[in-house]
Amino acid sequence: MAEQAITGWRKWAEDIGEQCVFFTRFFRNIFTGGFEWSEFVRQCYEIGYRSMMLVGITSFIMGLVLVVQLHPSIVALGAESMLPKTLAVSFIREIGPVITAIICAGKIASSIGAELGSMKVTEQIDAMEVSGANPLQYLVVTRILATSLTVPLLAVIGDVIGLLGGFLALNITDNISLSLYFHKCIASLDFSDFLPAVVKTIFFGFAIGFVGCYKGYHSNKGTESVGIAANSAVVTASLWIFVIDAIAVQITSLLFYK
Amino acid sequence: MKATNENIDPKKPASTKKDEMVIHAKGIRVGFVDNEVLKNITFDLKRGENMVVLGKSGSGKSVTIQCIVGLLKPDAGDLTVFGENVAEMNDDELKQLRMKIGFLFQSGALYDSMTVRENLEFPLTRVLKLTDQQDIDKRVEEVLDGVGLLEAIDKLPSDLSGGMRKRVGLARTMIVKPEIMLYDEPTTGLDPVTSREISELILNMQKKYKTSSIIITHDMECARITADRIVIMDDGEYIAEGSYKELQKSDNKIVKSFFSETI
Repeated sequence: MAEQAITGWRKWAEDIGEQCVFFTRFFRNIFTGGFEWSEFVRQCYEIGYRSMMLVGITSFIMGLVLVVQLHPSIVALGAESMLPKTLAVSFIREIGPVITAIICAGKIASSIGAELGSMKVTEQIDAMEVSGANPLQYLVVTRILATSLTVPLLAVIGDVIGLLGGFLALNITDNISLSLYFHKCIASLDFSDFLPAVVKTIFFGFAIGFVGCYKGYHSNKGTESVGIAANSAVVTASLWIFVIDAIAVQITSLLFYK
Repeated sequence: MKATNENIDPKKPASTKKDEMVIHAKGIRVGFVDNEVLKNITFDLKRGENMVVLGKSGSGKSVTIQCIVGLLKPDAGDLTVFGENVAEMNDDELKQLRMKIGFLFQSGALYDSMTVRENLEFPLTRVLKLTDQQDIDKRVEEVLDGVGLLEAIDKLPSDLSGGMRKRVGLARTMIVKPEIMLYDEPTTGLDPVTSREISELILNMQKKYKTSSIIITHDMECARITADRIVIMDDGEYIAEGSYKELQKSDNKIVKSFFSETI
């Protein structure tokens, strides 16, 4: 029993060490050799554009549900006019970025993990390496940078669509124009609501890409390991999103909300 | 001697001496956890020679060629390629060396998100850093024509049969004109007719591009067609060596077991 625990901890420590090496190799490869622009653009399309519909629908529903749930309590307090502000602040600061990141962890981290995992199993990564090409530059750098760029963009799009969902829900019970609704939303927000939220989504995106690539690139040989890599990528990326969020909220509080 | 970028420059023509050793392995040992896969392996590969390594599954054949390209590092022994010790090379030196070695994987290992054309363009643009599209197109069409698959140029690997994938894999490795070719079970999983075609293609490619080759297989027909010299492995050790005809007459039980299947 104790031996198993020691082996487990040793494997965990080895894994951390390998992640550090992978992280270093990733950074070194950004700046060495030629950057794979065409693959980077393709990944931005695959990762960003193809996730837009899912993020949009989820954010719209979240905005709508949030207003429906909040409405009775806010009305009971007599603060109905505060509803757009409440929704805007909560959505922009927290719900939008986290929901987008979790959706992306499920969709993107798993697909990167599975794709690289199957490339590993079918020896495509080894083939790249023995040909003298740099698989890290082509497969890893492009994907991590693409997620770091597209997840923040998706989060911003998700925020806008989420507020539209909130407008629809609010308009069912109260008669409010779209321009007045958005005017109230925007008036309630300031720079300190928007900037930290965007910055943390860059880290969310990085974590999603990094975990997906690491799990796929280091999967074992055998078809079962492809599923394990995909599953493990989702779980680990989701966990990292909450850890980063917890750290980000502390830093934001210290810097902006003293 | 420490390898440097200069003395393994792929653009620098190598010596053309017929008896020159391109690979020299002495006392190679490789182990995984408690299992010693290669036990004191010693061999040489001469320029222009086709050496076939025969052995049962798990005898350490593939590990040998993985050491040659630096995918695995030997625990002990000396392994030199073009006179440079592979184990002592850094990443850049290894990259330069790999540009002179072609490696055909068992599955062909085609990049499945790319068409055949893109698969073949990949080493030209990423390894040789060619930029002239006309030159790239010419090379791609020439090498594809060589393996008889010019009509499949815009197909995806998923649209190809096993034999076609191996041919494209061979074309992809040959397109950079390597000096050494390493084949990992090139005929495994193919029907006898296609296996024979692939074996003959290996021989034709070796003649056309004047490569030195190590062919890992347990297909006796492939060995008969392609080998100048055969080495037989068992349990991580070389147990016999010779031409096909010489080994056919061997009294060794394990060697006999390989040849008895072909009678």
